Amino acid sequence: MALTGLEIYKQLPKKNCGECGTPTCLAFAMNLAAGKASLDSCPYVSDAAREALNAAAAPPIAKVVLGTGTAAVEMGDETELFRHDKRFYHETAIAIQVSDNLSNEELMAKVAAINELQFDRVGQHYTIQAIAIRHDADDPNAFQAAVAAVAAATRLNLILMADDAAVLKTAVAGVADRKPLLYAATAANYEAMTALAKEFNCPLAVYGNGLEELAGLVDKIVALGCKQLVLDPGARETSRAVADFTQIRRLAIKKRFRSFGYPIIALTTAGDPLAEILQATNYISKYASLVVLRTAAKEHLLPLLSWRQNLYTDPQVPIRVEEKLNEIGAVNENSPVYVTTNFSLTYYSVEGEIESTKIPSYLLSVDTDGLSVLTAYADGKFEAEKIAGVMKKVGLENKVKHRRIIIPGAVAVLKGKLEDLTGWEVLVGPREASGIVAFARANLAS
Amino acid sequence: MAVQILRDRSRATVQKVVLGATKEQGGTRSHTIVVGGDAALPFHHFEGEISRPVIAMEVQDIVPDWPEVLKDPFNDVINEPGRWAQKCVAAYGADLIYLKLAGADPEGANRSVDQCVATVKEVLQAVGVPLIVVGCDDVEKDHDVLEAVAETAAGENLLLGNAEQDNYKSLTAACMVHKHNIIARSPLDINICKQLNILINEMNLGLDHIVIDPSIGGLGYGIEYAYSIMERIRLGALQGDKMLSMPVICTVGYEAWRAKEAVAPVSEYPGWGKEVERGILWEAVTATALLQAGAHILLMRHPEAVAKVKENIDQLMASNAY
Repeated sequence: MALTGLEIYKQLPKKNCGECGTPTCLAFAMNLAAGKASLDSCPYVSDAAREALNAAAAPPIAKVVLGTGTAAVEMGDETELFRHDKRFYHETAIAIQVSDNLSNEELMAKVAAINELQFDRVGQHYTIQAIAIRHDADDPNAFQAAVAAVAAATRLNLILMADDAAVLKTAVAGVADRKPLLYAATAANYEAMTALAKEFNCPLAVYGNGLEELAGLVDKIVALGCKQLVLDPGARETSRAVADFTQIRRLAIKKRFRSFGYPIIALTTAGDPLAEILQATNYISKYASLVVLRTAAKEHLLPLLSWRQNLYTDPQVPIRVEEKLNEIGAVNENSPVYVTTNFSLTYYSVEGEIESTKIPSYLLSVDTDGLSVLTAYADGKFEAEKIAGVMKKVGLENKVKHRRIIIPGAVAVLKGKLEDLTGWEVLVGPREASGIVAFARANLAS
Repeated sequence: MAVQILRDRSRATVQKVVLGATKEQGGTRSHTIVVGGDAALPFHHFEGEISRPVIAMEVQDIVPDWPEVLKDPFNDVINEPGRWAQKCVAAYGADLIYLKLAGADPEGANRSVDQCVATVKEVLQAVGVPLIVVGCDDVEKDHDVLEAVAETAAGENLLLGNAEQDNYKSLTAACMVHKHNIIARSPLDINICKQLNILINEMNLGLDHIVIDPSIGGLGYGIEYAYSIMERIRLGALQGDKMLSMPVICTVGYEAWRAKEAVAPVSEYPGWGKEVERGILWEAVTATALLQAGAHILLMRHPEAVAKVKENIDQLMASNAY
């Protein structure tokens, strides 16, 4: 909801002095609206007008940074309610919670397991972003010790969770250079928490018991000079949380409601880890920028991180792989050659199945602008001429001694033409990638 | 500043479709199930009436080529579709049974039309819940099989599928003559989805007898396309587009269990963690994500995934009115 030139013009001094390099204030306002000029070039604009204009130009949801350096993660700065309207930009950060109640051995074992949460699938690398250390112990000194131990054992970002600002302060001093998120300012402690966040220049989570209290707290904290905030409306039941998150996002984007113009943090509560992952799936779908989990099992995280990745892809760009001759396993000059398109979902389905055949093979990915086999064929982007051209381009005849290539069953019609063009024998493979193992067993004696 | 709750008022609601028929209504079901009727985006109880999504568990007429982890819970009944269906309802709380007549496939078991009809009867006798019946995806065979099923089960108010853009007439006619509901399946394309609904409706099958299958991708394999199409379908329905106003059905189990991530053993992929819970979650997360996009009927397979998703539905159906 950017301002129009006329709305900006109303805020300008209207001197038409020309010192900004533009003859009139109106022309300057038009340039500002188009993003072609900066307000800094006007020497006479009042501070009040500058603030109003800057506020109007600010994104509806602030970008908040957790951590520093290469591990730093940007949260918020979203502009849409639905991904099909444009896209979602900053993937939900995932944190795993540990307690300062754990013994040092337990804590280190847990952190070691959390550090392992890195996944590779379909050519993508998934990671989690943070460890949240929660103060549960009776001994206030336990928190500082736990935070220091975790910080030393991980490169992940840190979230420090304690209600007592004094306890939080003992811990934050040693890790302030990691820019941890402080959790959380509440109605009872917000002044001390805000002072702490300002002193150490850390992002601050704000916990309100419901939307109304949250908005009031945010306003007070912003007035105290803290603007790197993360919102927790306090809801712990899935349905209420989804409603609250939706209201926060809607009000920020549709009404420019400043008190809610920050990323959202969600804490799961389900005791059963499978139920917890489903709760988190809802929160990722419905606008959480940071989700704090308890389970740290790989089999639980992989499905969740896959959903996050799917949701945050750009709907306008088909994900594609490079056009090239790919080697699956230890190939040699006798290895079979498959051909498919460069739509990544198609490619990785086929690649996975070829891997399962346990027969080292070549897989030729033809550039079809990221379209799947049938769509590409219908669109004229997966024709015999094209495939023959790519076979030549990658020098296939020098890679293998045989002269045999396997095409997807869905484009069996290309067989004759491709054989004529290349002189190679064309084998028609299965229609679905899932049929490749059976196909290989029947047709490709290893 | 005071918080002004934002409520979007919709102009229309999702069409209600009734599945099954009791004795008084000319069928033999113990109860009927109503899907659809929503007046807001998924689970926005704060701005409109929300219908409860339901789960149909999949049963096949032949022993399916499923991974062991999926067959294990049914090992004692997998040869008998009737008992298999019973177990889904009695032990696992399935709202509906989704009977896939995969055995009809001429390239596969090639079961006869009579055999398929007998299986449908067997399942109807075994359970009291309403039934969804689909063919084997062979156009010609499905034509014969589904027509016979529609006739035999006249009065049961089944949900029959799949009608597709090039192949909807005979099934639509069968649904009209024998009073059933139809699954209109489109290939991840909202325009074809709408067009197919129009074509079916032009043959005079009422809008309250059509269910949309938008085709989904499983988690990790294109689910986001379905997610966005389903969000657009729901938004269209709420804005008053009658031809997008039908409830949505999703082939969750089929798509989820096709993924390597759902079945690959940890011995082969140590980085992915243990396969049993990974597979269950692959199906349950697929279902949960699509619920947030507006799914009404989830077609599922693993009992544990079903249990977790039911629990999730319970939580999402708690009122969040302000």
